[in-house]
Amino acid sequence: MTPRTFLVHGLVAGLVAGIAAFLIAYVVAEPQIDTAIALEEAASAAPAGHTHAEGTPAHSHDEEEAGHSHGQEAEVSRDTQSTWGLATGTILFGTVIGGATALAAAFALGRLGSLGARGSTATITLVGFVATALVPFLKYPSTPPAVGSGDTIGERTGLYFAFWAISLAAAVIAVVAARRLHERIGGFNAMVVAALGYLVVVLAVGLALPTVNELGAFPADTLWYFRRESLVTLAGLWAVLGVVLTGLVGRDADKALADQRRREAAAAL
Amino acid sequence: MPQATAAVPAALPQIPVSDLAPWAIFSALLAAVVLFFVGAEQGAFSVLEGTLVHEWVHDARHVMGYPCH
Repeated sequence: MTPRTFLVHGLVAGLVAGIAAFLIAYVVAEPQIDTAIALEEAASAAPAGHTHAEGTPAHSHDEEEAGHSHGQEAEVSRDTQSTWGLATGTILFGTVIGGATALAAAFALGRLGSLGARGSTATITLVGFVATALVPFLKYPSTPPAVGSGDTIGERTGLYFAFWAISLAAAVIAVVAARRLHERIGGFNAMVVAALGYLVVVLAVGLALPTVNELGAFPADTLWYFRRESLVTLAGLWAVLGVVLTGLVGRDADKALADQRRREAAAAL
Repeated sequence: MPQATAAVPAALPQIPVSDLAPWAIFSALLAAVVLFFVGAEQGAFSVLEGTLVHEWVHDARHVMGYPCH
């Protein structure tokens, strides 16, 4: 039960979660990405075009026609993007998120009321999912290729990361506040107050920040399927991370407890 | 699970914040770099020239909810 063991467990759990997320995304989300790219290419082939047809200085891509090329003529082929590329992204993401979550769980160990090692680790993973995946998704949902202009990518990225950071900070403050309130008003009340406080903050910030809507005439069914599969992938990543990390940390806690019992028994002799 | 029920009564050892801090800081920095490359490089920002990073992580970026185009 040291920072080192938590980090190792987190990296392992995150790696497994990243692989799981790749498999989920490859099976459920890739067909929707393909549909969206086919729509994008059909639109950019048409003379009237699409916002992507405008090359702008802010836009780093140099492709002349589509502004951004997804087809087989791209630098990285679609086949590579949907396999090795997708796996690179999900596995890197899963591994660093796993490491960070495990260190948060290391802080939570023995500090969340009467929760054991498994309980506190599972709680931290759940908070991580809600604060850094679910809530940001509800304000700024993922968009399939062909939705979203290259002109606004800077603004959209800024808004997304700002909301993500505010949500994460509010969740950290809520957990710390719940710990403070725990002794005065009891565990249940402290959790309710902390959760409400978090919700008030993200709702207020969410209402204050501008809405991004660049859908245009994008088909509603493909959009809904893509967003559903995107959320399924994120939820799957965090679920696998939570289960594996909780299992590893719990096994470690059992071992630490057994060692402690053995030492106490030896000392009592 | 007998071990799990046995684990509840004993007070859990806490890890001091001073022990955790260097690990947490390093992990946060690494996460920031990786999330930047997976989520934003060659999209909103371009540290490296070209579109290779963008195209390589393109599908993961879309699926995991980062703004892209």
